[in-house]
Amino acid sequence: MSQGHDHHDHEEGSRFSDVELRVKALESLLVEKGLVNPETLDKLIDTFETRLGPRNGARVVARAWVDATYRQRLREDASAAIAELGYSGMQGEHMVVVENTPQVHNVVVCTLCSCYPWPVLGLPPVWYKSNAYRSRVVIDPRGVLKEFGVELPADVEVRVWDSTSEVRYLVLPERPAGTEGMSEQELAALVTRDSMIGTGRL
Amino acid sequence: MNGVHDMGGMHGFGPIEREEHEPVFHYRWEARTFALRQACGALGKWNIDMARHANERLRPEEYLPATYYERWLSGLQRLLVESGLLTPSELAGGKSEKPAPAGLVAFPPEKVETAVRTGRNYRVDTPVPAGFAAGARVIARNINPTGATRLPRYVRGKHGIVDRDHGVFIFPDANAAGLGPKPQHLYSVRFAARELWGADAAPKDCVCLDLWEDYLDPA
Repeated sequence: MSQGHDHHDHEEGSRFSDVELRVKALESLLVEKGLVNPETLDKLIDTFETRLGPRNGARVVARAWVDATYRQRLREDASAAIAELGYSGMQGEHMVVVENTPQVHNVVVCTLCSCYPWPVLGLPPVWYKSNAYRSRVVIDPRGVLKEFGVELPADVEVRVWDSTSEVRYLVLPERPAGTEGMSEQELAALVTRDSMIGTGRL
Repeated sequence: MNGVHDMGGMHGFGPIEREEHEPVFHYRWEARTFALRQACGALGKWNIDMARHANERLRPEEYLPATYYERWLSGLQRLLVESGLLTPSELAGGKSEKPAPAGLVAFPPEKVETAVRTGRNYRVDTPVPAGFAAGARVIARNINPTGATRLPRYVRGKHGIVDRDHGVFIFPDANAAGLGPKPQHLYSVRFAARELWGADAAPKDCVCLDLWEDYLDPA
């Protein structure tokens, strides 16, 4: 765990048990009133813990690297092209894929809340939802990227996408050099979550 | 509203803390809160823009120190009371005092998979004329609504260029206020970093935001 979470556990420990009690009480009340079925909650949690995640997005990226016609379909209608691989739905209804090139580096944020493309990346990491990331990446993208280990030359354009609508953005990272002989599956294994948010490079 | 949730460009929140191999949920209460929010949302008593605005209306002293799911929990409690699904006294006491509204049925587990896989459609089929085309020069309006808006403060009054037209979408400012979808074109608008942040910003960099027709004037 990072320092951040040690800090969280330590300083907010007493509040954590309070919040746990609040959630338990609310769930019991809603179940008692017939407004919530606890099995629905189990099923929702299982779906988000096991079925959705960045491995889905990695398959989209690898397919785009090996198949130029698929890449073209992603450009024209990303939601439909992503659905071809079986990924669709909540918080991914209106997808746009933005492509990194040697001249352009894309990075995605939601400054107003924490919008994120769930079908292809799952639920967002804590840092993506943090006040620090949301506030800084629009005003100091190069500083933020540097903290993530990404240093970009001045002649590369940094394009920040602030997800203010129901459109969700997925970054298509550049295919790393020296991967010409790799299969689509091997390529997908190289793709990191951060490279699809734009805070990582491959 | 000019709330603390609108934090793009603010200073002082410190370094971005990351965690290797982060779990989807850190605690079971986070997972239960997430699922409760989805299951209650499926009852159809509020829309996504009302739900976001419930979080935004947390007082700054509550919002800023709260973790993401603490905000979701407080927002959900507010939505349940405001929509009449719970009374304040039920929420405080944890005991049901009156039956749920007739005809309201808990979202069933067998419908979860389809609901997650299908999502909702925020695009609207109504033909609405587009005020701008790709390449158009625009100014983000300097408006300060006290209700929900998706126009961040950091672009208000700034010049940008329409990058693409996403089509006709539900307008969140109206939708959050219960005034209907007010469908209109949604554009991706590119703002030069120097236009937003001044001469110290990198000359080639830019920020792109999705902005509705009602947020824009021709430049």
